[in-house]
This record gives sequence, C-alpha cells and structure tokens, in this order.
Amino acid sequence: MSNYFKLIVLGVITLLALIAANNARDAAYLANALTVALAAAAVFLWVLRNTDEPVARVDLSGEYLDGVVRAGVVATALWGVVGFLVGTFIAFQLAFPELNFEWAEGYANFGRLRQLHTSAVIFAFGGNALIATSLYVVQRTAAARLWGGNLAWFVFWGYQLFIVLAATGYLLGATQSKEYAEPEWYADWWLTVVWLSYLAVFVGTLVKRREPHIYVANWFYLGFIITVAMLHVVNNLSIPVSIFGSKSVQVFSGVQDAMVQWWYGHNAVGFFLTAGFLGMMYYFVPKQAERPVYSYKLSIIHFWALIFLYIWAGPHHLHYTALPDWASTLGMVFSIILWMPSWGGMINGLMTLSGAWDKLRTDPVIRMMVISIGFYGMSTFEGPMMSIRAVNSLSHYTDWTIGHVHSGALGWNGMITFGALYFLVPRLWNRERLYSLSLVSWHFWLATIGIILYAASMWVTGIMEGLMWREVDANGFLVNSFADTVAAKFPMYVVRGLGGVLFLSGALIMCYNLYMTVRRSPAVAAGNSAVPAE
Amino acid sequence: METYSFLRQFADSWMLLALFVFFVGMVVWVFRPGGSKRYENQRNIPFRHEDKPAPDDAGGDDDDGDDAKEK
Repeated sequence: MSNYFKLIVLGVITLLALIAANNARDAAYLANALTVALAAAAVFLWVLRNTDEPVARVDLSGEYLDGVVRAGVVATALWGVVGFLVGTFIAFQLAFPELNFEWAEGYANFGRLRQLHTSAVIFAFGGNALIATSLYVVQRTAAARLWGGNLAWFVFWGYQLFIVLAATGYLLGATQSKEYAEPEWYADWWLTVVWLSYLAVFVGTLVKRREPHIYVANWFYLGFIITVAMLHVVNNLSIPVSIFGSKSVQVFSGVQDAMVQWWYGHNAVGFFLTAGFLGMMYYFVPKQAERPVYSYKLSIIHFWALIFLYIWAGPHHLHYTALPDWASTLGMVFSIILWMPSWGGMINGLMTLSGAWDKLRTDPVIRMMVISIGFYGMSTFEGPMMSIRAVNSLSHYTDWTIGHVHSGALGWNGMITFGALYFLVPRLWNRERLYSLSLVSWHFWLATIGIILYAASMWVTGIMEGLMWREVDANGFLVNSFADTVAAKFPMYVVRGLGGVLFLSGALIMCYNLYMTVRRSPAVAAGNSAVPAE
Repeated sequence: METYSFLRQFADSWMLLALFVFFVGMVVWVFRPGGSKRYENQRNIPFRHEDKPAPDDAGGDDDDGDDAKEK
C-alpha cells in the first residue's frame, strides 16, 4: 500500500522537476532539474516494478545492515579517484596554462574545476567514507542493526544525488562563492534533508543499542553529524532570486558574512575532516592492531576538548581584514590551545600500538594508519603555527596554505580512509584476506612520496612567494610584480603535479587491489556454529 | 540594552563560566575513583560484536556496564 503513496510522490516530483527544467533561467539549473527528474523517474520505475510483488517477511534483526556500507565503500573509492584526477589535472593547469583549453573555456578552466576538485575529495570521497564507516562502526559498537530500515539507503543515494547536482552545477557556473559551501540553494536544501535522515539513522541505532556504553568513536561521529548540520544551515542562509534559477543572495553581508563563512569553513575542517575521521581512528586502528585504544580516559578528554575548542578557531582565516582585532585574536588563541587535544589524540592513536610495534614491519595496512596519524600530528602542529598573526602575515594567500591543507587532507584523511577501506573490504565481502599485501605497500609508498613532493614544493613556493611579495628596495618600493612570483613558482608547480600523479596512481592500485579482493580472494569458510546469512 | 551588547556581556561572563565549569567537571569526573575498571571494560567494545548484533535478551542484567564478564 505504501508503494502507491511512494509512486504518487515520485511522479509528482518528476513532473515538478520537468516543469522547473522547462522554465529554467540558466544552464546549471536546467541540468540540475533534468538530473532530479531523471533520478525521480528511475526510482519511480524501481518502486513500480516491486509493487504488488510477493514480499518474503524475513526477520533481519539478527544481522547487520551491510549492503549500504558496501555501496559506500565502492562510492568512496570511485569518487576518490575522480577527485584526485581532477586535482592532478588542475595542478598541471596552474603549471601549464595552455591546459585551460580554448574549446572548454567557461566549463573546464581552473576556476570551474577547482571547486569540483575540493568538493569531490572532501564531500564525495571524505563524505562517503564517513557515512559508510560510521554506519559500519555504529552497528558493531552498539551491537544493533541500523535503525530505520531502508532510510540508510535513502541517505546513501540522496547523498550521491547531492554530489552530482553540486558537481554538474559547478561546471555550468552555479556557485554561491563560499569556499567549501559552493552549492546553490536547492542543493543545500536537499543536503539538509539527507543529513537529517543520516542523523536519524545514527541516533536511532544508538538509542536501540544493546551495549550499555556508547563507544568513543560514536561520540566523534555524532559530534561531526550534529555540528555539520548546524554549520551547513547557518552558512547557507540565502534567498533565491527566482524559484526557477540557481542564483541566490546571502542573508548576511560584509564582515558578518565573512565571519560566518569562516566559522563554517574552519569547522568543516574541524568536524568534517577531523572529528569524523577521529571516529574512524578510534575504531579501525584498535581493530587492525588487535589491541584496545591506549587510554580510554584520554579519548574522552580528547573528545570534549576538541569539541570545546575547534568551534572558536575560525577567525584566524581573517587576520588583517575588517574583522575586529579581538575576534581575530580570539581565533588565534583558540587555534594555539588546539595543539593540546590534537596531540593528545595523536598520542592516543599512536600508543595504541605500544607492545605491537612489530606489526609496522609486517602489516602495510597498519603502516598506512600510523602514517596518517603522523600526518594528523604534523598538520595540527603546522595549522596553529600558521594562525599566529605574525606567521600568517607571511603565509596567508600563499601556496603554503595549500600545502598545509593537502598534508592534512592527503596525509591524514586520505591515508586513514585507505586504511579503513583495506580493513573493510575483506570483511564486508566475506573474504579471508586482501588480494595482495605487496600492492598495499606499493600504494603506501606512492602515496607517501606523493604527499612529500606536494607538501615540500608548496612550503618552498609559499615562503618564497610571501617573501617576494614583501620585498622592498632601499627606497621603499616593492621589488617584485605579481607576475614575477608566478614565473618563479613554475618548477615547484611541476613538482606538485608529479606528487599528485604519484598519489593518484596509488589510489588506482588500491582500486585494483580491492576489486581483485572481491573477485579472487578465497571466501571465509563458514564457521560450524554460525548459521549462513541467507 | 541592545541585543549585541547583552549577548556579548552574557557570553563573556556566565556562559564562559558555565562552559569552563562543565569542562573542568568533565576532566575531574574522568579521573574519579573506580573509573579505571569501567573504562577497561568499555575500551574493549570494538572486539565484541563483529559479526552480528547482540541477541534480544542480552544486556538486560546490568545497566552500567561494569561487569567484565566478556573479557
């Protein structure tokens, strides 16, 4: 019966989307409306084919819902490759401007592809990794099946739809010009719906948990989900110019808008790329090392200190602007205090291996996780240092910032995600082991050398650029024009691009290895006491 | 008093105090006597229900989770 209701709703959505497409004021809106119509029509057909079919009532409460985690793992790997590929391409566009092809001007030049890259790696690769791992971890540590039945599937597909809407929108010029929050109003509204469903699935599972205590990884995941919901809604308060166009106008203006944007922007780093991934660390590192986390007390203090401090750090993005001095000092001070929880967390992750350090020699997956924690420590040292006003006056607007972001994103987020994927795939597809450990080693070294090339070249070019900008001659005149700095950066840009190539090839090797694990690795022999799943 | 000044004054005084007290209270609570035994049990949660959820009737016997029966 509920299927008839679904069919009506889906039919109406398809119709409305087609009406919207017919009235579209701009190309991005047209493409997005057609995408929505296509998606709704596809779901309509799928529901239709399943309507009035006999349903076998099976009690699934004795099993985990892993199908959606499997889908999330596949999506993570694929979006990761897309994001790294676009990133490598735009790195070469900066080195060789001819790659901004004449025939693709306005669609595939750096200005359009840049946000495609950032959103693909942060939200498509990182977001799918977070959703998939959180749904895996919350079931195992709550000892309960996911709440809400197929709602988790809605979250998965709804999130993919958001990614596609955002990505195609960027290429056709829909952006609200807010860094890491570029998608326009209708994509933002859709993401809000999807995100609240995600929150419901996660909290619902926690509520029906069989384990009396909520394991610390879930605290980090929950902190991430709630804070991102709040950040997303506040930073995207905007009024559409037309219901049939992609353009919208921000509610905040001037310095308030800048402050809200960087309150959002820095907490996207703090809660999306840090708290959520720390949730991964607190589950997958102990599991792979086969030892419980080093100190559970430290993990609780880590959580509360991180939550209390990160939210204040945003103003350090706005040193020497119209923002009042007290606000930017506040941001700087809190950024520096963040050293403590960050390093406390790093020590907690690393020391989980105490007594099992020999695994570093034998297990390339744990090596990947350990180097990711190392990069976490390094980039959370570098970040507070760069937030100090005097350092920031040199580093801001230079490539040093880009290098810092990438040592965090490639090193910490990328490597811990790769480690989690290598952990998950054999378990989710019921395989005894990975297809090849030596391919994991290849991936490890390619990715590590790639990151080092990237970060080192950006340090050099960033500091050089900052020094060139401020260099004055004996009479107090600036020595260099902007174009001089661009010319001087060329060699480092090539090195950075090569680093990207190495990182991308590592990810391709991972995809091959994971695919072969599913296809070729021997299946786990059914245990004699366990009843087979189907 | 206008909204901005009121919020600013409140944030600088009572809210700051409340957050600080909560934070210090949390740290004190973590190091409370007898906590270690409990945390020893809780840090082993990831090693319990790898393959399937706990059955319906389990976990009802003790709500605060400090029985170390599983390890």
